Amino acid sequence: MPELIAKGPFDGVEPLVMAGLTLAPVEDGPIWSIALLPGGAKAAAKALKPLGLAFPGPGGISEKAGLRLVWTGRDQAFLFGDLPAGLEGAAVVTDQSGGWAGVTLTGPGAARALGRLVAVDVRLAAFPVGGVVRTGLNHMSAVILRTGEDAFEIRVFRSMARTCWHELAEVLRHLGARAPLSA
Amino acid sequence: MRIDGKGIIDRTRQARFRFDGRDYQGFKGDTLASALLANGVRLVGRSFKYHRPRGILTAGSEEPNALVEVIGKTNRTPNVRATVQEVFDGLETRSQNRMGSLKHDLLAVNDLFAPFLSAGFYYKTFMWPRAFWEKLYEPAIRRAAGLGSLSGRHDEGAYEKAWAHADLLVIGAGPAGLMAALVAARAGADVVLADENPVLGGRLIAEGGTLGGEPAAVWVAGVEAELRSLPNVRILTRTTVTGAYDDGTYGALERVGLHKPARPDLPRECFWRIVAPRAILAAGALERPIAFPMNDRPGIMMAGAVRSYLNRFGVAAGKRVTIFASTDSARATARDLVAAGVQVAAIIDPRPDASVVEEVPVHLGAEVIDTRGRHGLRSITVRKGAESFEIETDCLAMSGGWNPTLHLTSHMNVRPRWSEDLAAFVPVEGAVPGLFAAGAANGTMSTHGALTAGKAAAEAALSALGRVAGTVAVPAAEDAPYGHRAIWSVEGRGRAWLDFANDVTTKDIRQAAKESYASVEHMKRYTTQGMAPDQGKNSNVGALAVLADATGRGIPETGTTTFRPPYTPVSIAAMGAGGRGAGFAPQRFLTSDQASRDRGAPMIETGLWYRPGYFPKRGEATWKEACDREVAMVRQAVGVTDVSTLGKIDIQGKDAGRFLDFVYTNTFSTLPVGRVRYGLMLREDGMVLDDGTSARLGETHYLMTTTTAAAGLVMRHLDFVQQAFCADWDLRFISVTESWAQFAVAGPKARALLDSLLEMPIGDLPFMACAAARVGGVEARLFRISFSGEEGFEIAVPTRYGEALFRDLLARAETMGGGPYGMEALNVLRIEKGFITHAEIHGRITAFDIGMEKMVSAKKDCIGKAAAQRPGLWGPEREQLVGLKATGPISAGAHLFRPGFAVERENDQGYVTSVCWSPTLGAWLGQAFLKDGRARHGETIRLVDHLRDIDMACEVCDPVFFDPEGGRMRA
Repeated sequence: MPELIAKGPFDGVEPLVMAGLTLAPVEDGPIWSIALLPGGAKAAAKALKPLGLAFPGPGGISEKAGLRLVWTGRDQAFLFGDLPAGLEGAAVVTDQSGGWAGVTLTGPGAARALGRLVAVDVRLAAFPVGGVVRTGLNHMSAVILRTGEDAFEIRVFRSMARTCWHELAEVLRHLGARAPLSA
Repeated sequence: MRIDGKGIIDRTRQARFRFDGRDYQGFKGDTLASALLANGVRLVGRSFKYHRPRGILTAGSEEPNALVEVIGKTNRTPNVRATVQEVFDGLETRSQNRMGSLKHDLLAVNDLFAPFLSAGFYYKTFMWPRAFWEKLYEPAIRRAAGLGSLSGRHDEGAYEKAWAHADLLVIGAGPAGLMAALVAARAGADVVLADENPVLGGRLIAEGGTLGGEPAAVWVAGVEAELRSLPNVRILTRTTVTGAYDDGTYGALERVGLHKPARPDLPRECFWRIVAPRAILAAGALERPIAFPMNDRPGIMMAGAVRSYLNRFGVAAGKRVTIFASTDSARATARDLVAAGVQVAAIIDPRPDASVVEEVPVHLGAEVIDTRGRHGLRSITVRKGAESFEIETDCLAMSGGWNPTLHLTSHMNVRPRWSEDLAAFVPVEGAVPGLFAAGAANGTMSTHGALTAGKAAAEAALSALGRVAGTVAVPAAEDAPYGHRAIWSVEGRGRAWLDFANDVTTKDIRQAAKESYASVEHMKRYTTQGMAPDQGKNSNVGALAVLADATGRGIPETGTTTFRPPYTPVSIAAMGAGGRGAGFAPQRFLTSDQASRDRGAPMIETGLWYRPGYFPKRGEATWKEACDREVAMVRQAVGVTDVSTLGKIDIQGKDAGRFLDFVYTNTFSTLPVGRVRYGLMLREDGMVLDDGTSARLGETHYLMTTTTAAAGLVMRHLDFVQQAFCADWDLRFISVTESWAQFAVAGPKARALLDSLLEMPIGDLPFMACAAARVGGVEARLFRISFSGEEGFEIAVPTRYGEALFRDLLARAETMGGGPYGMEALNVLRIEKGFITHAEIHGRITAFDIGMEKMVSAKKDCIGKAAAQRPGLWGPEREQLVGLKATGPISAGAHLFRPGFAVERENDQGYVTSVCWSPTLGAWLGQAFLKDGRARHGETIRLVDHLRDIDMACEVCDPVFFDPEGGRMRA
């Protein structure tokens, strides 16, 4: 039998540029949930060390050479990239690949745009570059990374990709329509 | 009438607008009120109850009279305050609460009956006959009394919601607010400065004057330029802070596009949630009217408003103005008018000892006791000692003192404190944690006082925030004492209005007191004083004073009603921005969504998911025809349906089996690897929470399946159990619902269909077993489980391959005489087989009720086990799951009765939860809960549904109708 065709959550969706902001889909590779078992921190650290990674604390990200370990909950982080060996017994690993739909929101004022849908404080002091929050994107549960002063990565459940795009696009359209007002 | 050279309107930019069908000209920067006054329009509305002609009273959001409808292309907004709405080219407005024209309102007849319509009239008059209230009285009263009307259509305008976080929120950009924002901004704090006006400056703009030797407007412009240049300041104009809530959260409404012609995507309003550990309330003060006889004619205005129209808009509110005021600030209005060349006929000052030094005649110790002019003020009658005389005037500017705008400080239920000095309520410090009032809002009435207080408030805030304030100089400014004497009402013939918006007079208040509604809360409800859109901003203190006088108490003893959010009206559309229609909740789409829609399947909302109801074929007229075909297809060939919506929880760790034993009633630790078991889960109170299958994928690895509806609920339950009772167990779990697309393949040809796809045949995989598989080059999971009663499998692949696998499965199924089936067929198949859903386990059902008490293991404890053994939760008095068989249509929701017994609540024997027409058995089938039902199989029961007019005799039977031995599933 021929191979099954893979489809991402945003196949065929073009980036949206408006109000100086860009909303674009992210193509994710493998995503692994790594959940530390009780007493597993030390062994996990040992397995992660050769990769230059450390298990992140709340709101933290550890990144090295294309691998990214993102805090996502109590004793839990998502690894974006290929799974290293040596975590058995220290942590529970679960494949989360394809379960998340990601977009980037970039451009001047991205934080304020995000403030349309996100209740948490996204000012730089409260949410620095290289940080992550799990919070609501309007009514959706989201994982939001700050990759730059004006750059965010937002992930929601894959099934909610359309709503996520729709709501962020609406924010951009409203901001775009507002722009001439301040002129 | 415009005054040359006055105001900050842009006279180079004209705006044509309509009011009540007539065209007028205004300028950019005008409000509807200022533009109407400039055009000599004084009559702008009719009062709520008596339909009295009314004009513009104020120049701010507290306006009680000048409420209009703004008419857009697709919408109509009632109760818009003309004093807030800015004019623009094409603005269309009209007056409201009238029958006929504004000038010849037919309902003005109400005014003639005024003597009968005083406080409590409705309560006393429309008591009987009782039935008349709903049919006659209420509709008639609602037609005659009231506000604007809605278009009756959906508001499809764009609205926004937003969050803002700051160190300091400054509410109001007058002298105190600007100074506070400047001090805090220079010290580097994140500042949000909100003001409900389109321009900053507050009363500095309305009053003119000088600051630090230069015109106040120049100082304001300088501060604004500096604030706008700072990255740590966000200025929100046209934004009213409407509520103070917990933990330093404030609600605010921004009028984003209401001052512009509508454009697609341009939000009309934005509802802000502003979070700030500290806030400074610098909202200023509101001037209060004087309740003198016939004080409601168009042309009678607040003195401060007259001054504001002159200085901000370059509009003279009248040609020949009189002043009736007990405040020194009203004298400034007179002086500004005279300086602008407007005639001031007289100043009437009730204070016998006030200054007489003015350029116009001053009458001390005098009062206005009557007015004339049907549609606009023509003259007033003044009483001075024993004599009285008439003065021709078209505008009377009144001032009875100032009330600090302290409303937000009451939003957490703290009542303000009465200040004898100010004859006004003042904020209580700490009433809202983190919120501090400054300037006039705190009773500091001079400009210098406001500037100084704003600075001090910012410095205190900075120190609390751990920041150091720099030195900021306070510019020299007016620092006159607040010269005033309280005057509440004037005795005389004729009605003296307190609450213009709800037509409440001094007589109504006295009447309420006389009829024992003497407490302030009772008086408010009896008279409706303070319950109109202005929420008593103009009338509360005056009404209290009259009540205090009538009951012989002082104002502090009388007390005050409290202020609740919102400070000004907030449109529901703004609070619900984005939530209209499908925006109400996120939509979850299956990977098979497009494939189902391509086949014309109507999608049904289940939870947040959209699932196909059925797959119509050419020639099928109803859903039932499609459903019957799909059921037969599954029973005779093969059907495919997407079951990815079911919750999937990956559970791993040495204690995973122990954990499942604890949350399920039955045992999972003994389940062999590669096998699947049906499990029942209870809540802590012993009722059934959910059911589903769990598979043992490895020695320490389980995969739990939940129902679609309870997926989130079960996840939350597991999290709670783990964190509360077994935090130290070797156990971790996470939802993998989104990671796998899973399809049920059911029917006699299911195996053949899957074998045609799988890289290895299914072989001897037993019923209730699972195995790894490969399909189309992809790792898959195969489960042999059945929710249809047929030989069935579920195949799961990583989500990205879901659509491809679904389409491939359908194509092959169709080749074999099968195809897709939807929710309707799925439901019929499971009822035929006696399987339950959340229609049955609806939250009040025990394991005993559904006949699964034997699944509650006696060998171990589990969540809910003890609570399920409470008396009353088992035994013959319980309603127990049974099957029903009928020859005609039956309905879920119907109730069951013994034949021969009256259909009354007392005789209720149970109720029906699910029904279907079974094409397999050629009968109507149902699932029901019947008292002692398991002992009553074979009985005939009467099914009654009053809503659908069904009255049907049914046979009670075992709920498993089809293949009770399960031979087909195990084939």
